[in-house]
Amino acid sequence: MTAFLQIEGAEKRWGNDVTIGPITLDIARGEILALLGPSGSGKTTMLRLLAGFETADSGRIRVAHEDVTTVPPARRRFGMVFQHYALFPHLDVGANVAFGLQGAGSREQVASKVAAALSLVDLGGYERRKVHELSGGQQQRVALARALAPEPRVLLLDEPLSNLDPALRERTRRELRQVIKRVGITTVFVTHEQEEAFDLGDRIAVINAGRLEQTGAPEELYEQPANLFVATFVGRANVFRGAAARTLCGGTGDRIIVVRPERLRFAPTGLAGIVRERRYTGAAAFFTVESETGERFEVLAEPDAASVGEQVHVQAVRAISC
Amino acid sequence: MLRRLSRTEIAALGLVLLLAWLVVYPIVIVVLDAANATAWGAFFTRSSEWAALWASVWISLASVVLAGAIGIPLAFLFEWFDFPGRKTLGALVALPVVLPPLVGVIAFLFLYGESGFIARAVQVVLGLEQAPWRLQGPTAILLVHAYSMYVYFYLFTRAGLARLDVSMLEAAQALGADRRATFWRVIVPLLRPSLVGAAILTFMTALGSFSAPYIFGGGFRVMTTQIVATKLNGDLPLAMVETVALAVVAVVGLLILRRTEGEDILVALGKGIAPRPRPIRRPGVRMLATAAGWGLAVVLLLPHLTLLLVSLVPYGAWTTEILPPVLNLENYRRLFSEAERLRPMINSLWMAAASTAVAVAIGLVGGWLVVRKRVALRHAIEGLLALPWALPGTVFAIALAITFSVNAPLQLRFVLVGTAVILPLAYLVRALPLTGRGILASYRQLDPALEEAAASLGAGRWRTLTRVTIPQLRPGLAAGASLAFVAGLGDIVASIVLYTYETRPVSIEILSSLRLSETGVAAAFGVVLMLVSALVLGIGARR
Repeated sequence: MTAFLQIEGAEKRWGNDVTIGPITLDIARGEILALLGPSGSGKTTMLRLLAGFETADSGRIRVAHEDVTTVPPARRRFGMVFQHYALFPHLDVGANVAFGLQGAGSREQVASKVAAALSLVDLGGYERRKVHELSGGQQQRVALARALAPEPRVLLLDEPLSNLDPALRERTRRELRQVIKRVGITTVFVTHEQEEAFDLGDRIAVINAGRLEQTGAPEELYEQPANLFVATFVGRANVFRGAAARTLCGGTGDRIIVVRPERLRFAPTGLAGIVRERRYTGAAAFFTVESETGERFEVLAEPDAASVGEQVHVQAVRAISC
Repeated sequence: MLRRLSRTEIAALGLVLLLAWLVVYPIVIVVLDAANATAWGAFFTRSSEWAALWASVWISLASVVLAGAIGIPLAFLFEWFDFPGRKTLGALVALPVVLPPLVGVIAFLFLYGESGFIARAVQVVLGLEQAPWRLQGPTAILLVHAYSMYVYFYLFTRAGLARLDVSMLEAAQALGADRRATFWRVIVPLLRPSLVGAAILTFMTALGSFSAPYIFGGGFRVMTTQIVATKLNGDLPLAMVETVALAVVAVVGLLILRRTEGEDILVALGKGIAPRPRPIRRPGVRMLATAAGWGLAVVLLLPHLTLLLVSLVPYGAWTTEILPPVLNLENYRRLFSEAERLRPMINSLWMAAASTAVAVAIGLVGGWLVVRKRVALRHAIEGLLALPWALPGTVFAIALAITFSVNAPLQLRFVLVGTAVILPLAYLVRALPLTGRGILASYRQLDPALEEAAASLGAGRWRTLTRVTIPQLRPGLAAGASLAFVAGLGDIVASIVLYTYETRPVSIEILSSLRLSETGVAAAFGVVLMLVSALVLGIGARR
């Protein structure tokens, strides 16, 4: 992989006790990278370091081998879509998109670039519309068109879908990915939702408490999490220790194993427990089982696989770090 | 087919008629009388009339420019930069607000006037025979206006900056705009409604300003002083024509300024967070900012301090010295022990209180009808409540003087001039926009479910009103009421036209004390007005 955007040991300190980084990360040309982490993990700070709104206390940021660590945002040529879009309310849609095109040619050239950017996000002919007349989804697309119009080197998105209806998100996510891939732009986006990261990102960087926990493709994170945090933050996970772990996995000694709910199944023998709760989701049901030693864990199975109060045995189909 | 009107509709109709009688009818009478007046010829041919009209216009425009030039940079300084004393100073900067217009003017007189502190000091230092300057004419008026009106720009701009969304500024930067481009292409357009709002307020206040031109004008007349002088000369027809001319200027000016306001843009599309104040780090600049800040505070506080000092100087004790030789509480003792001096104090207090109470009651009924009941006449009610704000106080004073000096009950005209009712009525007219605006704004933010919840819990109308509605409306109500009370307390514009000896308010008493060279007593009155105003505004601004 030839890196287009390089983050080398970038670090940001807030006061004496909060430190984000050092983080080292290479992003390939045309790749979509998700920065995934819980709130307060430092993922937004990372994005703002890339955009230039914050300056790293140490470490370097490079684009195509050019060091941009201290280049101000206005001259960095990174496009950014803000969480609440930050569309200028005093300008119409066309003027918003044209904002970054000042000095980019004649009036006609600017107009045609605006038209091209708007048609890219399927909003052709919306130039004269007022920003506040648009729906949330349309505002999001205008923000994307505005960020892309000046042909930036890197596209940054801050929680791009958090402001939308859940019903709209899935569709918008698909459209967003299509647009980005069509443009072929190197993209970094921040999210706290695993589903969004999986769906939109080519690769995911999991950040927690200011540190990079793991980087990899969605399957890699899900099947081979590097540590307990990644295992439990990316997807649902049951953590077993001691005797329960030995029962499921065999072996001896004190060990910790992680098993996804869909990798547990009811069986005639195995770890014994009582079904305490059943949550029906339609295609399947989550069963909360309490083992004899008081451990609670979740099993995803056919809706009629067990009933509340039933005595069951559970086996692991495949455990992580077994 | 006529359907029967509901109780709400009857209430709305009654309120509209009452307000129309109070704020529209007197203006109509003046316009009609002026139309019949023979004075138009005199008005159009005398150059002094044109000069006064023109003076009003350019003084008002210059006041807007000066006030903006002071207030806008200050707002940026206090909203965007952090330096020692920022919070305290930021509050001090709004201090001119607690000086009622006339009190501010006399404070300036004692401070910068030809026998004021500054002039005396300069005279002694340079060993001059005479005072180095005379504080008179347009310069003096503009000085007072700039001092008292920059606060509008300061407060409006700060409020506008506080609403700015920091991601707007970042978005501009990410799109390649440097600081200057961000300022002109994003910040200024977003601040425009605030700036135009401040400009309108300053223009209207300067156009209606009476105290400064009255005290400092000398031979220089603006329309407000011209009207009062004409009225005192007994030339009522000419005064009416002048009043109409001033009203026309006010309305035209308001319309022109309103056009520049632009559309009401929604500043908050997202959940905006205002930029945090940036600490000034370089020690030299930091010291400079702090020193400049405190220097400014001293300049702003000087009028207040001067007033306090002069109020402590007994009559005749201070002649040619730079600083007064004797200081005691003699003036205050006289103020509170002599019945003749206490009288105006009591007059002003009760008249301001009564007018405010009625204005609040009308505001509450209006708010309920406009916001909660959404009656068909709601636009009329809102417009009538706001109308007095669009015309200078002198216009209403003359209109009330003419309308209510005739006994014609069938035309709804009664002889009120000369009675104790006319001044509170005049104050009420001026108070309506203040209380109406505050209460309506609060009412709009009040969740109707709260009142419904009270009703479902068994509270009757009165209990709902006093226990739920009014407490919820309190911020807007208190702010409007305190402004209305302070305006009535310090009023001179209406008072000078409508007062009688029995009903004379403090402002008139201050003027007559000045005329008798009793500066100490005048200053003591000023200090009391200032303290009461500060107290009331402080209570009104509490959250």
